[in-house]
Amino acid sequence: MSVFVISYYSLLLIGSSLAAYFNKRSIFILLFSLTMVSFVLGIIGGSGTLVMVATFAGLLALAGMVSYSFREALIMMAGPELAKELRTAPLTAAFGMFVIFTYAITGIFAPWIAPYGEAQIISAAFAPADENMLLGADQLGRDMFSRLVYGTRNSVGLALTATCLAFFMGAGAGMLAATKGGWFDQFMGRFADVIMSIPSLIFALLMLSIFGSSMPVIIVAVAIIYAPRVFRLTRAVAGNVVVMDYIEAAKLRGEGTGYLIRREILPNSMAPLVAEFGLEFCFVFLLVAGLSFLGLGIQPPTADWGSMVRENATLISFGDITPLIPAAAIALLTVAVNFVVDWMLFRSSGLKEH
Amino acid sequence: MGDILKLVGQRLGLGLVILLVISIIIFFMVELLPGDIAQAVLGQGATEENLAALRKEMGLDKPAPVRYLQWLSSAVFLDFGNSIVTGEQVSSVIGQRFMNTLFLAAYAAVISVPVAIALGILVALLRNSIFDRVANVLTLTSISSPEFFLGYILILYFAVKWDMFPAIASLSKDMSFGELLNRTFLPALTLVLVVVAHMMRMTRAAIINLLASPYIEMARLKGVPPLKVIVRHALPNAWAPIINVVALNLAYLITGVVLVEVVFVYPGIGQVLVDAVAKRDFPVVQACCLIFAATFILFNLAADVGAILTNPRLRHPK
Repeated sequence: MSVFVISYYSLLLIGSSLAAYFNKRSIFILLFSLTMVSFVLGIIGGSGTLVMVATFAGLLALAGMVSYSFREALIMMAGPELAKELRTAPLTAAFGMFVIFTYAITGIFAPWIAPYGEAQIISAAFAPADENMLLGADQLGRDMFSRLVYGTRNSVGLALTATCLAFFMGAGAGMLAATKGGWFDQFMGRFADVIMSIPSLIFALLMLSIFGSSMPVIIVAVAIIYAPRVFRLTRAVAGNVVVMDYIEAAKLRGEGTGYLIRREILPNSMAPLVAEFGLEFCFVFLLVAGLSFLGLGIQPPTADWGSMVRENATLISFGDITPLIPAAAIALLTVAVNFVVDWMLFRSSGLKEH
Repeated sequence: MGDILKLVGQRLGLGLVILLVISIIIFFMVELLPGDIAQAVLGQGATEENLAALRKEMGLDKPAPVRYLQWLSSAVFLDFGNSIVTGEQVSSVIGQRFMNTLFLAAYAAVISVPVAIALGILVALLRNSIFDRVANVLTLTSISSPEFFLGYILILYFAVKWDMFPAIASLSKDMSFGELLNRTFLPALTLVLVVVAHMMRMTRAAIINLLASPYIEMARLKGVPPLKVIVRHALPNAWAPIINVVALNLAYLITGVVLVEVVFVYPGIGQVLVDAVAKRDFPVVQACCLIFAATFILFNLAADVGAILTNPRLRHPK
């Protein structure tokens, strides 16, 4: 029995006794089940597994605390209306917002945060981490940490631009189809059907093979692939709005299609569209990451998470986890966005029930 | 019975039309190249004679619609022309590898379908419990992770640290079936992780949707035991959504295989496609895209037809 094992268990036991004494039932169950799980795993896997369990639980607790304080900070900063909404946010959503916020800061201030340039070669290839390089060097001797920071800007920025373009095209066409109706509606619907029946990754590969892989091509290709999904949703949502009396009134007033879309339909179909934006962003982000993992995304020397994984994958066969960090960064952002979207969907559906 | 056949026939016809439109897109997108294929292959420095020779060899001197019809009519008999880069027959390059890909996808499907449906039903029954919440977070994480992330994590633990399965899925002809399963276990497991998460969430949603319907509540109120409610009342109506979920996810499996094949250096059709895209080997790209799209449409059709067969309500559209 090492000091770690004894102190870990005593901490857990003291915590659960305190929770039981103060009648905090949920905390007690949480701590007690954690004790049980560590007990079983500790017997099976020895103290190494126990350290893993403890680290995992600690990280989870830390994430919970960070998201709690982030939510409180947001509530304090926001106006009264927004603060009321934020109070209903579950911890997962707060965690998601915190992650998105962190990524945004990292992306915007990348040149000030990163110690070296993204293409700057500073040491030997695959040099291990030291006090200069937080995560060691990559296959050309560039600082991994700096490339990770710049990658936030490049990868997320690319996905965000593509999603915006897809939304612009899809939502625009959807609302136009809903207001115009007739053959335009039919044609766009069938067109969207055809594009959606080609698997997205395959379609992206086809377009990249023809037009070569450069930033604008990737953005346009991804936007074309995902615009039909946005079109479908917008068409459905706007279709419900178009039949309302106030649209009829606006038409009788003699308003044009542009006015109808901008001032009447768009504001009334905003909530589901915002949630859809988050979901689409996740899909686009994963697709772009996949493409750059295949070496067909953003071209070197620009730092990009997908290609960073591929370039340093050899390190994995030596048991080194550094190549997994960019991949984990991709997963973390996607999970975070999903958490926030979940909350938004729940909120918009909950409001309908009242 | 006759109206079912008619409906199924209509769906098949629709699928055929969509496939035809997709083949047109795949073929004519290559025509959008600045210059033409010969120019793209030989580069800017090519002489006029070389260009003319290559154009004649590839039949580029004929108008595009004629070439499309030729390409399509030979593609029906699985002849996709010759590769630009190696000059080999595309079908001979793809054939065996397509079988490998199908094997991998089938391997993953055999594991994931029963597991996902069982877990999905379980989670739906235990909804809003702590088990459901944990499963929700886990499946969400699995869906949100890129396939290569899951793949490399599995390599790191199962191949490098614990040395249980090989990291690289190289195949040879004289392998026993057990050996084959062992070699391809990690790529299959990666696919399983992603697909199970998708399927579980969709099954859960379908079952919960069903359990909220009035006739289930009626059965509960009249005192039918919970298990019997599920087996006798819920399950017959749940088949339609479950078949739908399975078919849609198998369709996903076919495309998700591309990234996994690259991670594990698995000799499948996805690898061929990625290589061909990098080398701009258009006949191979076109053939792979057509095959992937056809499989995708086939599974979506299967989902449609399965839904029609198991749900009589769909046979009488209002």
